[in-house]
Amino acid sequence: MPPEPDVKQPLLEVKGLVKHFHVGGGILGSPGGTVRAIDGIDFTIRRGETLGLVGESGCGKTTTGRCILRLEQPTGGRIVFEGRDITALGEVELRSVRRRMQVIFQDPYSSLNPRMSIGEILAEPLQVHGIVKDKAKRADRVRELLEQVGLLPRHAERYPHQLSGGQRQRVGIARALAMEPSLIICDEPVSALDVSIQAQIINLLEDLQARYHLTYLFIAHDLSVVRHISDRVAVMYLGKMVELADRQALYENPLHPYTRALLSAVPIPDPRMEARRERMVLRGEVPSPLNPPTGCVFHPRCPVAVGRCSAEIPPLREIKPGHWAACHLA
Amino acid sequence: MVLDCPPLMPTLLEVQELKTTFTTAAGLVRAVDGVSWEVNEGETVALVGESGCGKSVSALSIMRLVAPPTGRIESGRILYKGRDLLALTEPEMQRVRGREIAMVFQEPMTSLNPVLTIGRQLTEGLEIHMHMDPPAARVRAIELLGMVGIPDPERRLAQYPHQFSGGMRQRMMIAMALACNPSLILADEPTTALDVTIQAQILELMQSLSRKLGVAMLIITHNLGVVARYADRVNVMYAGRIIERASAEELYANPRHPYTLGLLRSVPRLDEPRRARLDPIEGQPPDLTRLPQGCSFTPRCAFKVRRCDEQAPELAAAGPGGHVSACWESTRLTKQDAA
Repeated sequence: MPPEPDVKQPLLEVKGLVKHFHVGGGILGSPGGTVRAIDGIDFTIRRGETLGLVGESGCGKTTTGRCILRLEQPTGGRIVFEGRDITALGEVELRSVRRRMQVIFQDPYSSLNPRMSIGEILAEPLQVHGIVKDKAKRADRVRELLEQVGLLPRHAERYPHQLSGGQRQRVGIARALAMEPSLIICDEPVSALDVSIQAQIINLLEDLQARYHLTYLFIAHDLSVVRHISDRVAVMYLGKMVELADRQALYENPLHPYTRALLSAVPIPDPRMEARRERMVLRGEVPSPLNPPTGCVFHPRCPVAVGRCSAEIPPLREIKPGHWAACHLA
Repeated sequence: MVLDCPPLMPTLLEVQELKTTFTTAAGLVRAVDGVSWEVNEGETVALVGESGCGKSVSALSIMRLVAPPTGRIESGRILYKGRDLLALTEPEMQRVRGREIAMVFQEPMTSLNPVLTIGRQLTEGLEIHMHMDPPAARVRAIELLGMVGIPDPERRLAQYPHQFSGGMRQRMMIAMALACNPSLILADEPTTALDVTIQAQILELMQSLSRKLGVAMLIITHNLGVVARYADRVNVMYAGRIIERASAEELYANPRHPYTLGLLRSVPRLDEPRRARLDPIEGQPPDLTRLPQGCSFTPRCAFKVRRCDEQAPELAAAGPGGHVSACWESTRLTKQDAA
């Protein structure tokens, strides 16, 4: 076990984060409404750890990442990064913050400029941010970055379409590394890749973390991958955080019924195991964030809900040391 | 080549030495390069492999939906109930599509017509293929929506696809596939676009309907986990060829091809202790325009011997119950080796 990171000095603190989107009010005179994408969440990320953020589509996990990056302006709450409140920083001040905070996207193809060679893609941020001013030195740095992510110097001459999906994701990682960030937000970094390549990229992310003391927010829907890479895991449902715990506690002793349902839905590649396994198939579907249910947002699908669940919003409580859950029955 | 045990049920679909190619700017792509497999009546068979392995093109070839002029079925036979689909005229083939063999696609939104109501999309097929009059088709449409677990089907008939959630749209696709009582459903990544809790619902639904109605299913997927629970037999494809085939139980317990072994080893599993490090399959997926002379997996294989570069191995017996593997070293392979 690695030593416990200093909890007193988290790298990132998210306090009461809220993000609402206004939709509708269209030409047909529909009244419009408010999508409660994130509805008041709190968490911290410690230096050097990987916090996994899981949930189904529309739960708000990607929006959370985008708010931290300030690609979305939060509706409410605070984001404190490296001790500095960045919630209301202007564009110019944000530039220095963004060097320290990088992102890796799901689809490397749509996040790389098709008209630029890999070398140009990697050199551009070095130049724009004035990190390496000398042109020859920039070429050296590009070569070094390629090597760090397991690519060859000759890949600098190639264009994105000439690379495979796994190689393109390596370029995406190299571009994030170029800024020498402390925090990297990984938004579904392997879900678009073939299974045989996913493991390569996960191993690479882990190697880089150890080498450069990186901190990751790892946003994903694949619970097996999240268990592998994360130190702690947060589970979101319909804009709320429903559970947050150390990896082992969350997977071995999940306290929220939604977490239990998610875990039981993960298929296991072994027919004998699958035949013995009890599966908790949730009824119904995720309700609309335009009109979330009253009380606990999970209660309409919850197999153990009681009367209180539809009336009262359960707060995120620390049930055991370091293990938080938002459930009246936990 | 008779390697499989005699099937318990009669053979419904038999693909023999199918070859499908695409002409691209980079050269000729042998998307499906001489594959043979079959589906027995009422059985669920899986076709597993990664992007570009030829699994979807296999399904499109069966439906004769490979788009000319770039795409071409070069050779082979596709025997459905003893008739070669490749020899049928287009009008004859149209009677097979939907009525005998139906398809369920990955992304229901792109395969549903956005400007037609759910009801119309269901009744259209019933009127054309089953010669039903509109009132009878409507009754059947309501029955179908109920069967796939769509609540309040009468009201839902008047709605449009965009008013359905992803899971509901996939249920709708399954209802459309079942509409004309087909004998076989080809499901191409039917749950890949769905959330994990909805995936479980859809797969349970497909399994129960296939058992209840005796429909055979071909599930095409990249996820070995998905098929473990639902497939009777599994075909693993790599670079246009089937490289291993076995009953699901045998394949997972006793993989006999380095690629299958690699796929099973490379994914983290919730039922196993967390490993310090994952074991990826090294290297890149194959370039289909430039396949090596020998076995296509050789450049990434941890078990390769000299012969692998020279000669591509054919499928050969590797275990009980018709387990076959296309690997020179299949007998040397055990699950412990790779661990």
